[in-house]
This record gives sequence, structure tokens and C-alpha cells, in this order.
Amino acid sequence: MNSKTRKVLNRYIYHVLILITGFIMVYPVLWMISGSLKNNTEILNDSLNLIPPHLRWDNFARGWKGFGGTSFRTFFANSFIIAGISTAATVLSSACIAYSFSRLKYLGRKLLFTLMIMTLLLPGQVLLIPQYVLYNSLGLVPSIIPLILPHFLGQAFFIYQMMQFMAGIPRELDEAAFVDGCSKYGIFSYIILPLLKPAVITTIIIQFYWKWDDFQGPLVYLSKPQSYTVSIALKLFADSSSATDYGAMFAMSTLSLIPVFLIFLFFNQYLTEGISTSGLKG
Amino acid sequence: MKGNVKSAARKFIYRESTVGYVFALPFIIGFLGFTLIPIVSSLYYSFTDYNLIQKESWIGANNYMRLLHDERFWKSLKVTLRYVLLSVPSKLCFALFVAMILTRTTKLTGFYRSLFYVPSLIGGSIAVALVWKELFSRKGLINQILGIVDIKAVSWFGDQKMALIPLILMTVWQFGSSMIIFAAGLKQIPGTYYEAAKIDGANRFRAFLHITLPGLSPVILYNLIMQTISAFMSFTQAFVITQGGPNDATNFYALYVYDNAFEYYDMGYASAMSWVMLAIMSLITLVIFKSSKHWVFSEAGN
Repeated sequence: MNSKTRKVLNRYIYHVLILITGFIMVYPVLWMISGSLKNNTEILNDSLNLIPPHLRWDNFARGWKGFGGTSFRTFFANSFIIAGISTAATVLSSACIAYSFSRLKYLGRKLLFTLMIMTLLLPGQVLLIPQYVLYNSLGLVPSIIPLILPHFLGQAFFIYQMMQFMAGIPRELDEAAFVDGCSKYGIFSYIILPLLKPAVITTIIIQFYWKWDDFQGPLVYLSKPQSYTVSIALKLFADSSSATDYGAMFAMSTLSLIPVFLIFLFFNQYLTEGISTSGLKG
Repeated sequence: MKGNVKSAARKFIYRESTVGYVFALPFIIGFLGFTLIPIVSSLYYSFTDYNLIQKESWIGANNYMRLLHDERFWKSLKVTLRYVLLSVPSKLCFALFVAMILTRTTKLTGFYRSLFYVPSLIGGSIAVALVWKELFSRKGLINQILGIVDIKAVSWFGDQKMALIPLILMTVWQFGSSMIIFAAGLKQIPGTYYEAAKIDGANRFRAFLHITLPGLSPVILYNLIMQTISAFMSFTQAFVITQGGPNDATNFYALYVYDNAFEYYDMGYASAMSWVMLAIMSLITLVIFKSSKHWVFSEAGN
């Protein structure tokens, strides 16, 4: 065997090994999707077979009915509303705060910035109980307000990310606009915000998908089935019917992942950049 | 006169410091109202008996004394630490390994990265937690595969010694975002270093040890801190998959706090636990940062 064929062979081995590992990695997802089209017996007794013997679409119809008289239509709507409002609020508030921290000079800015970095390292779990007690004393439990209100007040992770992005926007632009009579408010609206677009898109997709996946927040703050998000509904749906109906459970699980997959499909590049510039939990 | 006031007001509104405070206002409100005040007030509640309905009553350090004698608390701390120590290092090693394999650029590299990133993307969802639970159930896929190689079915969630394993595997499985951060870090290391090492006769392993690891050390530090914090705070997966069982074998700290607060409505006790958690997290972060002076290299020396 000469060195050239060996090189080609090596290359094939490399790709085959990666593909096998990659297949194992995504196997649980494929298994779930295939389970969404099988009935109970097929899931339990023929679990290794990824291709459903019959495509049982009725799993989706049965699952969609939900439980307690509330269908998944409501749960999806709730999730979209909560994730949508939170995301829009995060973008706007975080951009404002990032602009203040990175472009304006005033007394106490350094202190505020330090506090922001501290909240960045502060795990949300530590705040769960204290915040719950606060919302409870304000009479806001149960409601969706605790789930969206904090997003109007900036999210440290995204403030930091936007600040890093703003550092790359030349200050000469601000100065030129200032000379032309543009106020500091105007510089934000007409110069910084439009140029911030890539960071804004990254924020939108990451925040949306964090909020979409959020489980503990809705678990603590929502109590009526009509206000449940998809994540809570899925858990309760599984609790109430898993003994009897795996197919419907997998069908709804699959549906719940579709928004996340769509984001990934269309904004993959922004997502990867967002992770590599500032990190992403998980 | 009126014009004067108006122009003074205008001047004030457009002053740079005013604009600064206006734009920082959401953060100031958020920090005071939703971080500082809750944390401080929870310090107060941690010294009280409080069940959300009746007014709290001051009981001094009783909650903290109770923690010292609470066996479930110690067990949850032990289980959480074991989980963190077993899952984070393996996750980071795996992430680094795959990131290095994928530095070889081919037409398919982007596709491969996406493939390995998928678990991270969806791993936090309830859907995947439910799937995981079924995969490891008694008649689940994992046991069926074990059956093929003639290993007796394992009762993953019924055996105290085994229950942590599916949760650790699930965490390691989601190595994708660490991998992407490593990949970005690897790109920063100049290729000339490796060429020089090759000329000097260093083999691949030595190059990895003396070039890759030091060059990557700031990124390793970042990943280590972020993953340690997030593993220490694990809640959702255990809540859905094992409910902390069997016999508290997977009763993570966050799970136990949740139970005290929202199952037993023992808010004073849960507040004390939150404060202990804050202290532990600060300590761990501090230790990692302090130790990093000895193993993180930066070119500019800062």
C-alpha cells in the first residue's frame, strides 16, 4: 500500500468514525421521533428498530388534546407569549444598559459594571427562594409576571455580550454624529442599535430558546393548567399518561422541540458565534 | 424665565451623565429590586420560621443549627459534589477531545459540529429528560442493548448505586457548547508554534502538553467555572427523571431546596439553604480562580 492510498483510507476511517459517534449522539433524539410514530407495544417491544412499522400519526392527535380539558394549543400559545415578550424585553433593556456601560461617562459607572459582572456569576438558583418570597409578598404569585418582569431590567449575560460587540464599533462614528448635532440618545438609536444587529440576533435566539426550555420558573410561578407552558405541560402530561400512552408523550415531546430546531437550522451561525464569544450554559 | 427653566431642563436631559443614568436605569432597578433586596431579605428570613401564610417569627440561628443535624442536607451535598466531580471533568475532556478532532477542516466539519452540538441544544428540555427516563427504564433501550451483550438488566432508577449514572451520562452527552468554545480557543493558537515544535522533534503528545494545553488554559478556566456552577445548580433533569430518588441517591442540592420551599413551605429553612449555597458557590469559584494563577497562561502576562 503506497502512502497516497493510505492517506485516502485514513480519511475515510476518520469520517466513518465521526459519523458513527455523531449517530450515537443524536440517537436519543431519533429514538424519540420514531417513538412518536409508534404505539405502546412497538415502543416497548421493538425499541431498537428506529423505523416505525406503521406511521401512527394519531399519536399527535391524541397528545394534542392535552389534559384536564386544556389542549397543547394553549400550552404552545403560552410558551410563545412568555418567550416572545421576555426576548423582546431582554434585547431592548440589555442594549440600553450595554450602551450606558460602554459608551457613556458618569459617576458610578465602574461600580455598576462590577455589580453586573457579579450578577453574571451569581447562579439563578440562589435567587429563586428570595425572589419567590418577594413576588409572593407583592401578590404576584401565581401569575406570569415574575416570569417576564426581570427581562425588562436587563440580563447580565447579554449585556456583557453586547458590550463586547460594541467595543468593536468605532467611536469615530459616535463623534462624527455628535459633531453633526446628534444627541447621546440619537447616537444610540441611529448608530449603535443598527450596527448592533448581529449581537441582537444572537440575543434573540439564545434568550428565546432558554425561555422556551425554562422549566423551574413556570413550575414555581404558574398554577393553573390554562397558563402552563409547554415544558410544564409535558411533564404533567407524562405523569398523568406515561403509564398508558408513550406514543402521545413522544409526539408532544417532538413537537416541543420543533421551535428550537428551526432556530438552529436558520441561525446556526449566530448561535455558534454567540456561544464562542461568551459561552453558553448547558 | 420660563425659557430659561426649559433650556436648563433640556441641558440636564441631554447631559452625558443624565443619559448614562437613564440608560443604566433598568439595571439599577433590577439589581436593587430583584437581586440585592431579595438576597438581603432572605438573609433575614433565614433566621426566621416562615411558611408564607403566617407572619415570620424570629428563631435566631435555629435554621442553620438544623442544617448541621439534617442528614438529608448532608446527603444532598455529598450527592451533588459527587455528581459535579464526576460529570464536569469528563464533559470537558470529551469536549476538548472532539474539538481537537474537528480542527481538521473538511467540507463536512460544520455539519459534524452541528451533529455534536444537537444534544446541548435540546438537552435542557423536558422532552429530552422524558426520553432519557424511558431509555434507562427497566425495559428500556439501554437494558435491551446490555441484553444483547448478555449483561443482566440494570434497575437504573431503583438502585441507589446506579441512579446517578444516567444523570451523569446525560450531562456529559451535552458537551457541545463547551466543545464550540474549545474550538474557538484552538483557532487562537498560532500554527507556527506547532511547526516549531515539530522541527524541534516534539511528538504530538508533547505538542499537546506544552502548546495546546497552556494556550487553551484561559478557555479551560472559563469552561470549568461555568460548567461547575451549572452542574452544582442542576435541578430539572433530576426533578423529571429520578425525583431525587431512590432513597435520596440523586437528591441534588437544588432539588432539596425546592422541596423545602415548595413542598413543605419551610421558607425560612429554604432561605438558609440558599445562603449556604451562595457561600459554597462563592468558595468554589474563588478556589478555582485562585488556583488558576498556577495553571492559566496568558501571553501578555495579565
